[in-house]
Amino acid sequence: MSLVNFTTREITCKIVYYGPGRSGKTTNLQYIYGQVPDDRKGRMVSLATQTDRTLFFDFLPIDLGSISGFTTKFQLYTVPGQVYYNATRKLVLQGADGVVFVADSQVRQLDENIESLQNLQVNVLEHGIDIRGLASFGADALHGQGVFETLKAVSAEVLRKLSESGSARRG
Amino acid sequence: MDLNPKYRFDTFVVGPSNRLAFTAAQAVAQQPGEAYNPLFLYGRSGLGKTHLLQAIGFGALDQGPALRVNYLTLEEFVGQHHAAVAAGQLDAFRRSAEETDVLLLDDVQFLAKHREMQQELLRLSERMQAANRQVVLSSDRPPAEIEDLDERLISRLSGGLLVDLAPPDFETRLAILRRKAGERGIVFAPDVLETVAEIGAGNVRELVGLVNRLSAFQAVSESPLTPAGARALLVEEGSETAPAPHVATARDVKAAPAAGPTDEFSAFLSAVTRTVAQSIDAWRSTVGGAVVRWQGEGYRTGRLEALLQHETMPDVESELARFAADVEALRKLATEAGALDPSTAGHARFRDPDRVDEAAVFVQKLEEGAVPPPAPVPTLTMEAYVVGAANDAVVRAARLVTQEPGKRYSPLFIAGPSGVGKTHLLHAVGNAISQNGTKVVACLSAQAFIEDLLGAIEAGNVEWWRRRYRRADAFLLDDTQLIGGKEQTQEELFNLFNALFDAEKQLVFAADKLPSQLEGVASRLMTRFEGGLVVELAAPDRPMRALLVRRLLDAQGVKAEDDVVEYLAARPADSARAVQGLVNRALSTMDPSDPTLTVAAARTAIEGRTARLSQAQAISATIPSGIDPLLSSREKIVWDWPDIGDRLVEDQR
Repeated sequence: MSLVNFTTREITCKIVYYGPGRSGKTTNLQYIYGQVPDDRKGRMVSLATQTDRTLFFDFLPIDLGSISGFTTKFQLYTVPGQVYYNATRKLVLQGADGVVFVADSQVRQLDENIESLQNLQVNVLEHGIDIRGLASFGADALHGQGVFETLKAVSAEVLRKLSESGSARRG
Repeated sequence: MDLNPKYRFDTFVVGPSNRLAFTAAQAVAQQPGEAYNPLFLYGRSGLGKTHLLQAIGFGALDQGPALRVNYLTLEEFVGQHHAAVAAGQLDAFRRSAEETDVLLLDDVQFLAKHREMQQELLRLSERMQAANRQVVLSSDRPPAEIEDLDERLISRLSGGLLVDLAPPDFETRLAILRRKAGERGIVFAPDVLETVAEIGAGNVRELVGLVNRLSAFQAVSESPLTPAGARALLVEEGSETAPAPHVATARDVKAAPAAGPTDEFSAFLSAVTRTVAQSIDAWRSTVGGAVVRWQGEGYRTGRLEALLQHETMPDVESELARFAADVEALRKLATEAGALDPSTAGHARFRDPDRVDEAAVFVQKLEEGAVPPPAPVPTLTMEAYVVGAANDAVVRAARLVTQEPGKRYSPLFIAGPSGVGKTHLLHAVGNAISQNGTKVVACLSAQAFIEDLLGAIEAGNVEWWRRRYRRADAFLLDDTQLIGGKEQTQEELFNLFNALFDAEKQLVFAADKLPSQLEGVASRLMTRFEGGLVVELAAPDRPMRALLVRRLLDAQGVKAEDDVVEYLAARPADSARAVQGLVNRALSTMDPSDPTLTVAAARTAIEGRTARLSQAQAISATIPSGIDPLLSSREKIVWDWPDIGDRLVEDQR
């Protein structure tokens, strides 16, 4: 996926929220959805089970308007946390520019966190990316604490790649 | 205009409504020409545009004291421009403007009134951006909403960063009120300023006005102003004037949770904007813009798109200039090709600047392959032309023309009755000028010329037709009298004449009358025909006829005694064609196995089967029996009709 398209003057940034089931990925998106002015956000698409668990993925498009002459759009995705949806996760990861790993802070969820993180590592290694040694944020998705900090950090990291790679394309 | 030291970044009260504008302005001041260029600030009056503009000026000067910073309102800019025009020093004005490192232009919404300044500003901002000089503009509305603004200017102004300044929210209003009160050294009772901020005002100037009013009231009253007193004072005064539009109160802010959290989004937006500006190389934006532009005009931009893949910054300016030059070359080639052959217009090969050479080769081929104008008949040469006393002067003039085409006698007008050799002479001149086809010579009869023009008009490629004739090095027109009454042909001929004449190309005309006697020919053409040399070909006299007969017999490989030639030359004939008719008739009775022509045979052929028979009798003897005797009438015998020889010769040719 092309992150910056100089010819159509568009920046499209795909960020995937990853993590074990019930860690709050969708809640992150819901909080962001609540903060974005109505004219800037598209419909949040959520495919959930009857018990509000994400079955397939959530998708939240945000239009940041014109930045430096570029029409800038963010696409936020979540993956289903449940272990057996790995094919979907791989699908959603395709063309992602950034990944936010949402860990569950409860001690008893440690194993799930580790399992999911390892799963993420395996999945992104297929794209030749190593996820070790990245920034982390404490966050409370329900009340919004740290949510935007996370989004800001991941966006900055992703956008900075523009100048680092020197190329207009990313895998 | 000098900057006002009150307007600095540290005196600017920042709130969610203007944070983006503030950060953008700071970025610009820190790196003029690098961060956002141009920066366009817009917002309603009194929201701090001028403050930010001047703060950028101070900020830039802090960074580099040697920078040339110029703050102007649009009106001042226009005034300076007009003064420069009046003083004839527009170039100096432009140079000086272009050399400014940071141009701060306030109130550009007034551009709507100055269309000529739009061009000037467009030019200036293009130059300045190309030189990485900073342009910052402010307006009360975004570029797209400024009336009558040139599309190109809109896109240029919108190409950097557009930021709007919204009216201050409660907290910002309170902060402004506190700062203004502090600046004036006035202490208000607690909650007075909060109350004022709640009442609100649409812009900062009104807020300053409120502080002034309160301080004035407090100064004259004995007790300090209470919040209720302030509200009473301001609301009462406010009710006298029109209420400020769009007043948001603190309660509104609390009641609408969206307003608070939007702040978080704004901060995010601002952060992203900063990162994007830092991350996106300006040159990539420039190249991307060029790609969009040229694609919009229908050109292939593969070369520019390849530039975008470069790891390091290429020489963007010269690459873009080279591209533009190639596009220009393609446009020229397309125009040329279109004129040669309208069906090639808009062909894809004129759309790829990477393949200009191919397009050039194509056009060249088109030019070479373009149908040349009708050439002279190669057999009608000067050598084959019989010269005698009757046409000596004319032939000499013709030879001079062939030696120096276009220089000596142009136009050469050959007049003379039918069959005296005008056509032959015309073609002979044409052949001599063409030098074995190295020069383009148009040689044709007026009838063919007219037909050709009609064909071009029908096919809709008159321009191509014109070019076809105009590339000729010489133009020779036979039977010029036929253009009489053909107005459009005369019009085209007139233009062609002038074009070729001006280019010193040779013009030769032949007609059966003198120019002044041509019927239905416009006088402007007539006088032009007469402007060169007009010569007359007379009917061949006897010695010349003898020469003609000898030449014709030799050409057929016929052996003939001088008396045969003398006999044939003595026959009455008023033209070369008539002589040829005589010779042909004499030859018609010859035995193919014996190439010798005797006087008797010639006489038999011309005067009849035997000399004794009258011509009529001879003819009737040749007519098979059973044919209506009317045919034997002398009037019906074709070869006695005066001009039949003409027709036969024409048909054979």
